[in-house]
Amino acid sequence: MASSDTIFALSSGGLPAGVAVIRMSGAATEHVLRLLCRVVPPERLARLVTVCAADGEELDRGLALFFKGPRSFTGEDCAELQVHGGRAIVAAILEALAAIPGLRPAEAGEFARRAFENGKMDLVEAEGLAELLQAETANQRRLAKYLADGYLSKRYDGWMARLSQARALIEAELDFADEGDIPGSVSDQVWRDVRLLVSEMEAALSDHSAEIIQEGFRVAIAGPPNAGKSSLLNYLARRDVAIVTDIAGTTRDVLSVDLDLNGTKIVLYDTAGLRETDDPVERIGIERAHATIRAADLVLYLSETGERAAQNEIETAEAKSDIIFVRSKAERDSASTSDSFLSISVLTGNGIDSLLKQIEARAARAMGGGDFATPLLIRHRNHVVSACAALIEAIEGPGTPLELRAEFLRSAADELAHLTGRVTPDALLGLIFSQFCVGK
Amino acid sequence: MKTFDFDVIVIGGGHAGCEAASASARAGATTLLLTHKISTIGMMSCNPAIGGLGKGHLVREIDALDGLMGRIADQAGIQFRLLNRKKGPAVRGPRTQADRALYKTHMQTSIAGIQGLTLLEGDAFDLLVENGEVNGVQTSDGRSIRCRSVVITTGTFLRGLIHIGNEKTPAGRVGEEPSIGLSARFEALGLRLGRLKTGTPARLDGKTIAWDSIGVQEADPELTPFSFMTESITNRQIACGVTRTTEQTHRIIRENIHRSAMYSGEIKGVGPRYCPSIEDKIVRFGDRDGHQIFLEPEGLNDDTVYPNGISTSLPVDVQEAFIRSIPGLEAVVIRQPGYAIEYDFVDPTQLDHRLAVRALPGLFLAGQINGTTGYEEAGAQGLVAGLNAARHATGAEAVRFSRTDSYIGVMIDDLISFGVTEPYRMFTSRAEYRLSLRADNADERLTHLAIELGICGAARREKFERYRSNVDTARELLKSLSITPNEAEHFGLTLNKDGVRRSAYDLLSRPDFELSDAQRIWPELSRLDTAVQAALKIEAGYSVYMDRQAATIADVRRDEARAIPQNFSFEDISGLSNELILKLDRIKPLNMAQAAAIEGMTPAALALLLVHLRKRAESASELKASIQ
Ligand SMILES: Cc1cc2nc3c(=O)[nH]c(=O)nc-3n(C[C@H](O)[C@H](O)[C@H](O)COP(=O)(O)OP(=O)(O)OC[C@H]3O[C@@H](n4cnc5c(N)ncnc54)[C@H](O)[C@@H]3O)c2cc1C
Repeated sequence: MASSDTIFALSSGGLPAGVAVIRMSGAATEHVLRLLCRVVPPERLARLVTVCAADGEELDRGLALFFKGPRSFTGEDCAELQVHGGRAIVAAILEALAAIPGLRPAEAGEFARRAFENGKMDLVEAEGLAELLQAETANQRRLAKYLADGYLSKRYDGWMARLSQARALIEAELDFADEGDIPGSVSDQVWRDVRLLVSEMEAALSDHSAEIIQEGFRVAIAGPPNAGKSSLLNYLARRDVAIVTDIAGTTRDVLSVDLDLNGTKIVLYDTAGLRETDDPVERIGIERAHATIRAADLVLYLSETGERAAQNEIETAEAKSDIIFVRSKAERDSASTSDSFLSISVLTGNGIDSLLKQIEARAARAMGGGDFATPLLIRHRNHVVSACAALIEAIEGPGTPLELRAEFLRSAADELAHLTGRVTPDALLGLIFSQFCVGK
Repeated sequence: MKTFDFDVIVIGGGHAGCEAASASARAGATTLLLTHKISTIGMMSCNPAIGGLGKGHLVREIDALDGLMGRIADQAGIQFRLLNRKKGPAVRGPRTQADRALYKTHMQTSIAGIQGLTLLEGDAFDLLVENGEVNGVQTSDGRSIRCRSVVITTGTFLRGLIHIGNEKTPAGRVGEEPSIGLSARFEALGLRLGRLKTGTPARLDGKTIAWDSIGVQEADPELTPFSFMTESITNRQIACGVTRTTEQTHRIIRENIHRSAMYSGEIKGVGPRYCPSIEDKIVRFGDRDGHQIFLEPEGLNDDTVYPNGISTSLPVDVQEAFIRSIPGLEAVVIRQPGYAIEYDFVDPTQLDHRLAVRALPGLFLAGQINGTTGYEEAGAQGLVAGLNAARHATGAEAVRFSRTDSYIGVMIDDLISFGVTEPYRMFTSRAEYRLSLRADNADERLTHLAIELGICGAARREKFERYRSNVDTARELLKSLSITPNEAEHFGLTLNKDGVRRSAYDLLSRPDFELSDAQRIWPELSRLDTAVQAALKIEAGYSVYMDRQAATIADVRRDEARAIPQNFSFEDISGLSNELILKLDRIKPLNMAQAAAIEGMTPAALALLLVHLRKRAESASELKASIQ
């Protein structure tokens, strides 16, 4: 990471918002504009553009501004994209930016630092910087809280520990080659471990939190026939997308509808009622329902009576706690149901708000947290991607000299250090000394 | 008006002291080397060897700055080996076994021949301080010698205490008086001191070793000298013996572990994790099919043997018993028992990049006193402290080595930023720019600096400039010769068929393309000097990676050049978290690079710090303007 890289960040506040402002700074700015917006607007003039991903997919229409350095807020070439402030849109654009080689998400405060370096920040602005720093600290505290009990920090720490172990073994071979107690060929084992680490990191990267942000959070409405699944879907969509009748087994296909919950994209799937049946058509519907439930990020299990079905998928979903049990048609009787059921009524609207809140919360969790989730994850993701790339360089080419492979491991560790804190050379030496009897 | 006897006084004639005295005198300062005994100048207290991995890099850097250690080691070396020869050049470390007597003699001759350097025997007891500045040294026999700067390099002598079993003897090294006065002065100055320990094995009578029954380790067939100035190594090369501890050795040690000074609670100082005594090895690593021991002759005409790998503080009778359980040593006679030594060191976070004590202008510390261990670490610090002491005395600007230009820079920055928790030793893994800080390019990295600073002798300067111009010419030639993929095919070389011409230099950057391949294509290359060719092959091989690091290195250098005043108040920066303010206050970074290395520092916090630094600089210059 160097000050000569081109950086970008979402510089407006939390999402969702009416407008989101994405800024970038650095030598590659013009190139990026040309790539994403097909045009470099004349200096300091807003221009309406279509923002596209590198593969040409249209992401949004918005305003682009270009500021040629040194007449810009950092003194370097800068650009500003003003786009729609929905989470999915912003996430897609940030990802498209991160995918451009040589471009990376800014570290907190990096724009300010560049502005200072180029004499663009006067003391008045420095006051703003202090505020920014306070906000950053507050944000980090929230983040820390979220990460501390979340699985993310554990996962990063785990990766770092394994990487450090690999590095310790390689460094031992470089620094203590003359010691009898360092086995000369620990490296084979090391590279096997690093390969495993890479596949785990790659699996995590393909983990769909980013995709969820883009494609939407998938919610399957499941339950026995006639539990009110289609009525709920229709109610939420406020338009008739599914055929709602009182005859059990009417919904034979999976219907879906997109919802926007405060900027978060939710895709709701209605599914065929789950029951044993001899009707071949209905059976196809039920099989599809099973598939949809398996693929969903969240299952709403509807039942009129508050009973659970012993279906495999439901149990799996329950085990992962990716399920909300809902007692529908709560207007009909007020029979008490078990506590784990949320009661709703599409006739009176009772319980719907709280259901939506729960869905939103689950979606936010799946995407990685509150309203800072999007830019946060993009930055994290970028460090993991770079670490992965460095590790692959280290693994590849057994012909590569060991000191170069060690260098790639070091840069992978530098990337992860942004997520976990640094492992010092001294700590690495400590790992060596605890495992090998070195010293003559 | 004050009159000074000398510009600089160096206290201690060990490895740090010799380099300090030499650097100070070369920098043009009148220099006094004050040490206990002129006859122990250049003495190797422990292992009779110089160099190794990381350490060899330091010796090459000392040499590139026209210091002494490299040349003396070449004159005294009796078993040269390039460690990691089969690995890449960045991690190769030159090492040699040294003839202890030759080393001392050559060092003493060199020191005696230095212009502007005076030698004096005596014990420095106290520092003379006036107006908050050092201005001289007082000896225990009552002499006061005035000077502008002092470099203290007293090694393990500060309140040194030797342990053998439960016997304790105050000493600086075996048979030498410790140094008592200076520790008290440091305490009076409010400096934080700590206690460390190190150890050494017994010395053996080589005539009583059954050499035929054990393995041998020979010198390299081709000898790699340390010094740029050495044309060839002329000493006869010897072999070392190799043997291992046995189960019986381990049993004896285990049964007597309570009698070791280390395990009986006698020793309070912290020893290194990486150079454990044999007691540590047995306790921590069990039997592990024996621990390797190198039997290193101490000289060509000295049959004393240094058994590398069994340093100990067990009582003499146990030492004898366990040593005699080792193959080849069944009938060995011990000439001097092994021992552990505890000593005071000064917490090096109280120093700046010149190795000057922040709290007392004019005072510099170098060597083991700063918590390091090893001749090479000591020598490298001595050079930096001596050079800067001279510059302080003559009013010249400070010289700061960077993590990006040398292992010297890495070591000093580590010491003053992070302090030490155990004796600090250099390893290549400490250098984040290891690929560019190589033993082979030390001259290219540093000799021009020595020339600029005026500490480089005429002979080296001439040789270096000739070498550098040869390298430059050869590099240009390699970059100007080029070949297309089709032409390359005639020479049996398969390149990407992209029609792009590649230069000889580009081709050399490939690991599979050797100089001999280049000479086949361009016969004129065989006229180039072989050393020059080899240097360019290495340079080209790493060039891709160098380019990748260049931007980061530039950032670090920019930040290193931005000094933070010592009395700068971090508390006044609103916006910084309390945690960060506390850390900054404790570490008191001297420049922005050091501040950036603090855990938890963010770019925003650094930017804020920069803004406040500038604010302060501006108000200072306004104040100056208003006074004038
Ligand atoms: C027992 C022992 C074991 C060691 N083991 C190892 C090891 O295993 N590995 C390793 O790398 N290194 C080891 N070393 C360390 C290595 O010897 C030192 O790190 C190195 O010599 C330190 O150099 P120096 O110049 O700082 O001090 P020294 O070489 O110790 O020199 C100090 C000099 O200062 C003089 N002096 C002291 N006090 C005064 C005074 N008040 N006035 C005047 N002169 C004074 C002394 O006479 C001496 O000449 C060991 C050292 C000892 C003593």
